[in-house]
Amino acid sequence: MNQDVFEKVKKIVMEQLEIDDEGKITPEASFANDLNADSLDTVELVMALEEEFDIEIPDEVAEQIDTVGKAVDHISDKVAASA
Amino acid sequence: MLDLTGKKALVTGIANNRSIAWGIAQQLHQAGAELGVTYLPDDKGRFEKKVGELVEPLAPTVFLPCDVQNDQQVDETFSAIAEKWGKLDILIHCLAFAQKDDLSGDFSATSRQGFNTALDVSSYSLTRLAHSAKPLMTDGGAIVTLTYLGGVKVIPNYNVMGVAKAALECSVRYLASELGPHNIRVNAISAGPIRTLASSAVGGILDMIHHVEATAPLRRTVTQVEVGNTAAFLCSDLSSGITGQVIYVDSGYEIMGM
Repeated sequence: MNQDVFEKVKKIVMEQLEIDDEGKITPEASFANDLNADSLDTVELVMALEEEFDIEIPDEVAEQIDTVGKAVDHISDKVAASA
Repeated sequence: MLDLTGKKALVTGIANNRSIAWGIAQQLHQAGAELGVTYLPDDKGRFEKKVGELVEPLAPTVFLPCDVQNDQQVDETFSAIAEKWGKLDILIHCLAFAQKDDLSGDFSATSRQGFNTALDVSSYSLTRLAHSAKPLMTDGGAIVTLTYLGGVKVIPNYNVMGVAKAALECSVRYLASELGPHNIRVNAISAGPIRTLASSAVGGILDMIHHVEATAPLRRTVTQVEVGNTAAFLCSDLSSGITGQVIYVDSGYEIMGM
């Protein structure tokens, strides 16, 4: 787990999903089940992550990303690949 | 030159800071228009809060929920405008919806209900809003809606929304004909693909954007603000001779055969 990416993702997730309790944002946390994200929240979240990290997350990839940890891993790979 | 000072403008369809309607609202505000903003009411109160915070710097004097599938809310919106402003000069229609299932795969698989919903929200709503706006546009007016090339040519996955946009563009012509004698102009902007909350529902939107970046004469996509600038022009006296038209703001992509 890339800690730097995790912290940035955590901040964006808290903003987008309006979560005040930092402790809820664990790598295992499921967007839908633990963080109460509905489909619109998820789309907004994906776009916010794309903007923050200057990457593109296609639909078919976004569908696979259901936890905070998976988001961090995917973004870390993308960012590393373009570095 | 482009001056909308004293004009009252109702902007529909702002969902967040990527919305094309947001680009339009900013440019109308910059040109001096007084804004009214409607948002889509939802169970979580998400749009009321987010859109409210977003538009606050533009100091809208009307801010109301308006689900265009709900006639009562449409009536309430225009009653509020009549009470607050006494008239209306500009109506911006930036609304579209289709079920995600209907925005990929086989077009022939579109359900009756999916078809009706897409056409109701994305096409009929313009006519419904124009009908309510007409008696308030006592000094003439301008109505601008947003369409897309998918209403004229086949764009993969756009499917039922293409049919809805075709109906929308045709509605623009019929409305322009009816409202012209009242000096109310009706035009559409056909914007190139832009990544928004709405467009993200279209399958392969990123591929569409990449294709435009690679092949459009300007070799890029357009921004919300560029669409907003054209909308401001179409709402101003600078475009006083233009009505019933579809204006392409798409980096020139529409002219290309290949």
